[in-house]
Parts: sequence; structure tokens; C-alpha cells
Amino acid sequence: MAVPQTPGRVSKFDRAEATKTAWQADRTHRPRYSEIVAMALLRLSGIALLAALACIVAWIVRGGSGAISWEFLTQVPRRGMTEGGVWPAIVGTTYVSLGTIFISVPMGIATAIYLVEYAKPGALTRVIRLSLRNLSGVPSIVYGLFGLGLFVAAMRLGSSILAASLTLSLMTLPWIVTASEEALRSVPASFREGAYALGATKWQAIRYQVLPSALPGIATGSILGLARAAGETAPILLTGAAFFLPHLPRSIFDQFMALPYHLYVLATQHHAVTTVRPLAWGTALVLVALVLILNGVVIALRARARARKLW
Amino acid sequence: MGKSPITVEAAIRGRRATAADAVARTLFAACGLLTVAVLLLIIGFMVYQALPALQELGIGQILTGTRWNPGSPLRPGYGAWPLLLSTLMVTAGALMIAVPWGIAVAAYLGDVAKPRWRELLKPVVEILAIFPSVVLGFIALIIIAPLIARVFGVSSGLNALTGSLALAIMALPTIISVSEDAITAVSRDYREAAYALGATKWQTIRHVVLPAALSGIVAAVMLGFGRAVGETMTVLMATGNSVTLPTTPWLGIPVPDFLASVRTLTATIAAEGLEVPWGSVHWHTLFVLGVILFVLTFAVNLVADLVLARYRSEEEGS
Repeated sequence: MAVPQTPGRVSKFDRAEATKTAWQADRTHRPRYSEIVAMALLRLSGIALLAALACIVAWIVRGGSGAISWEFLTQVPRRGMTEGGVWPAIVGTTYVSLGTIFISVPMGIATAIYLVEYAKPGALTRVIRLSLRNLSGVPSIVYGLFGLGLFVAAMRLGSSILAASLTLSLMTLPWIVTASEEALRSVPASFREGAYALGATKWQAIRYQVLPSALPGIATGSILGLARAAGETAPILLTGAAFFLPHLPRSIFDQFMALPYHLYVLATQHHAVTTVRPLAWGTALVLVALVLILNGVVIALRARARARKLW
Repeated sequence: MGKSPITVEAAIRGRRATAADAVARTLFAACGLLTVAVLLLIIGFMVYQALPALQELGIGQILTGTRWNPGSPLRPGYGAWPLLLSTLMVTAGALMIAVPWGIAVAAYLGDVAKPRWRELLKPVVEILAIFPSVVLGFIALIIIAPLIARVFGVSSGLNALTGSLALAIMALPTIISVSEDAITAVSRDYREAAYALGATKWQTIRHVVLPAALSGIVAAVMLGFGRAVGETMTVLMATGNSVTLPTTPWLGIPVPDFLASVRTLTATIAAEGLEVPWGSVHWHTLFVLGVILFVLTFAVNLVADLVLARYRSEEEGS
């Protein structure tokens, strides 16, 4: 039964207490059936998501751990890819990812600096933002087809590390810009004003105050972009990934082997798919481990930045 | 700061800019404009490459033709309807799973989860967002497909249903993160008012939080659609890649058959892009498929963008 309250008591309640009391009042009600079911379903959805990722990772670890050995990681594929390792694919993925980051990170940071520090609200800024959001929605295979048509065929770069890196860098550009923008925006205005007060020009303020403060955020965004680029298959499939190469790529105009494409080949294109199944699991494990390690680096960087945050 | 008469901007405007300042400003502006140029270049190049096929075959024949066999030397078929239908089926199937699941997770993260669970689930969503699609395709091929084959008693589990299941996982992170943003943006006051009126937690979520976040959730679903339509490797590996029309007669009407093997637009480009002779009709037709994909994703992204923009201005207004 509700206890009648004097008006004087209500004024003592602050907002948090009022909420808490509402909760307690709620708890004394007999929960309705639909309430219990709905809340259970919401919790279940979260647990199911966790379970889905756990299952996927567990399957891959179970399937792939048998194949992993020092030889698997450091040797080239032998006997029509039925034996040997994935070393050329690891090297190829590394080259292409670094090439991608090398192009898209400077461009992405510069675009973000323009949007955050220089651009005035207006039609131009809106058009740039709209372009970025739409670029991030373009399917990866369309980037692949575009890269095939423009870089490989029309510009005669051929199927190569360069063509694949250019294609992937266009795809990663919007992600890098978004992450860098967020990092730049989180730098307080007082940092810039302090620099101006000491006589710095706009560029000096950005160079010596804003960028160093935003660096951890930009770094985490770039690493996430790197991780996603490393796992992409569709764009490199059309622009430079090789079915099999007996040697490591010698220049940026060479084709390359890549972990995701190697997994696709071993899983569906190989002439003896069942014989090479363990190698496919091993490749999947290496690829997932790479992505998880990069994500772990991001989480560690974020925790460090949060602990050292000055504002 | 912006509204006071003496702003920092105004104060430093009179300061003599160094050469480095001028160079930096020009460079950054150029990079900003470059992103617009890249988008225009992609649109222009794709359309330019697609035009010869459109002139030769006509858009009607490509969109409604039911025979896709561009490699045939005698009687090539450029009917992309089976591919388009496959794409729509697999995407619709994926969204049927991912939309309720994703919104539930978002509501859980926003209103129900204790901080410890939130800290645990956030990285899960982030990892799924960057998870290599080829690995999910591999899992679908090796583990999910045989399971589907056994459950439904069909000879091959490589079909639209398996593709939908794998694709749902790919679309989930987008749906979760965008709807969660919308749900956490709903003012605390709304929830407190609902509790004060005696609403339970679920009643508050159902009748107050979700309706208030609706436009953001609609945008999330559209972005999820864009993600699912454009996904390549999972469907290439999981759907069996048959180019026949995936329908089955039901009371005399052909209806989509989710247990039929399908091949999406994306998978077709991936499977044929390497073998096709440069400059052939087949080559240009693949660019038509690319343009169809581009238009589909561009349209949903644009609408989602408009919805989110309106939503943001409403937030600022309140």
C-alpha cells in the first residue's frame, strides 16, 4: 500500500533518489509475464551474440591449431599447395596492408584536419561529408571492379600490389577520416586557444597541440582500418592476389599471395579441397589471430590513452 | 564561442600567417575535395564502363532476362534477374534474422546491461565489425551448410538460407552500433517520466525508448541492408552459386525458394571478374551489375543519411 507523503518530503528528493525509488516501487509490483519474457529475450540476445563469436573463434581454434607449426608459418606452399606453409601469404597481406595504410592514413588525416579545423559550415562541407558517408557504403566488390577497370586495365598497372593497395586505400579512406575526425574533435578548444594565446599561428597550433593530443585516437582508428583491410578479399581478388606464387613479390608491380584469398582458394578452388582442409583451417586461424591481435592492440592503446588523458 | 563578438578565429586572423600555414591550409582543403573527386570518379568510371553493355543489350533485357550465361560462345545470356532476385532473397533473409537480434542487443546494451556486460559486449561488436568475411564464409561452408542440409533433408546445404545466416552475422555490427547510438541518445528524462508513471522497464523500452529512437533504428536497418547487399565472400562461399532462377512453384505461382542454390550480384562479379576478356560485352555487363549494386547501396545510404540528419537536428532542437 502506498504511504501518503507530505509535500515537504518530496522536495528533499534529488533526481537520482527519485529514480531509485521508482525502481524500488517497480520491484514491489508483481512483474507481469510479458515483462519477464521480454527482459529474458533481451538478455538472451546479448548472450547469443557473445556465444556466436565464441563459437566461431572456438571452431577456428579447434580446426586450425593442429595445422599451426613453425614450418606452417615460415615455409612456402609445396606440392600444389597440399603441403608447406603460408609464409608468402603472410608477407603479401603485410605488404598490401602497409601499402594501403601508407596511402590512406595521410590522406584521411589531412581530410579530417580540414573538416575539423578549417571547414566552415556550408554547402562544400556538406558535400564532402556526404561523399565520405557514401564512399563508406560502397560494396567492397564494387571497389574491386573499379580497381580492376581503372588501375589494372586502364592505367596498365597490371594485377599488382600497387593496384590492390590503391583499391584498398580508397575503401579504407572514409573509415580513417571518421576515426581521425572523432579524435580531433575530442581535443578541447582550450588547447588551441592556449596555443593561440602564446602567439602560435593556426598551423602551429594544429601541428604542436592538436595533432599530438589526437594521435592515440588516430592510431587506434588506423589500426582498425588496417585490420579490416587485411581481412578483405573481394577487392584484392580482382586487383592483384595470386592463386599461387612460388616466390615472394619482388616489387610493387608483382602479384602477391594474401591470407584471405589463400583461404578462399584452399576452401573452394583447390583441386583437392578435402586434402587441403587442415591447411585451410590453419590459414583461417592465422587470419583470425592477426585480426584479434590488432584489435587487442587497439583496446590496449585505448586503455593507455584513457589512463593518461589530461583533460 | 562562435557567437561572441571577439572570437579566437577573429583574433588570429590579423596574425601574419607563415608560408607553412598557407601550404597546410591548401593541402588539407585539397584532400577534402579529393574525397568528393574519388566518389565522382567511381560513379563516372562505372557508368562509362557500363554504357556499351546498356547500349548493346538495353537495361530491360538485363534486368528482366532470366538466363545468365555470358560465357556461352554461341548463345550468350545476359539476363541478370536470377542474380538480382538472389541478392534480394539472401539480403531479406539476413535482415529477418539480424534486425530483431540487432535491435534487441542495442536495447540490451542501452537500457538493461550492467556495465560489466557492456564492457564485455562492446568489443564483441567491434571484433565482428572487422571480422574477415572470408572466414565466416568458410565456417558457413564447412559447418553451417552440412547442418542445414541435414535439418531440411536436402542434398546440398549451400543455398540461400545458409547465405542468409552467414550474412546476418555480417550485418549485425552495423545494425547494433547505429541503433545503440539512437537508443542512448534518447533523453534520460523520457525514461524517468515513464518510470514515474509506473511503467516497468520493458514497458519503458517498448513504448518510450524504441519509439523515440525509431528514426535512428530505421537508419540502422537501412545501413544494415546496404552492408548485406554488398557483402561478397560469405555469399560466394555459402550459397552454391547456381545461376538458375531460385523459385519453386507454389499453387502455380513461382515463389522464392530459400533451399535453392543462388548466386548474388556480388558473387557473380567476384567469380567472373578475373576470367572475363577486357572490353567484351560480358566485361561491360559486369560493370552494369556493379552499377546496380552501387545504385542500391547509394540510395539506402542517402536515405539513411537524411533520416539521421533530421534526427540530429531534432536532437539539437530539443
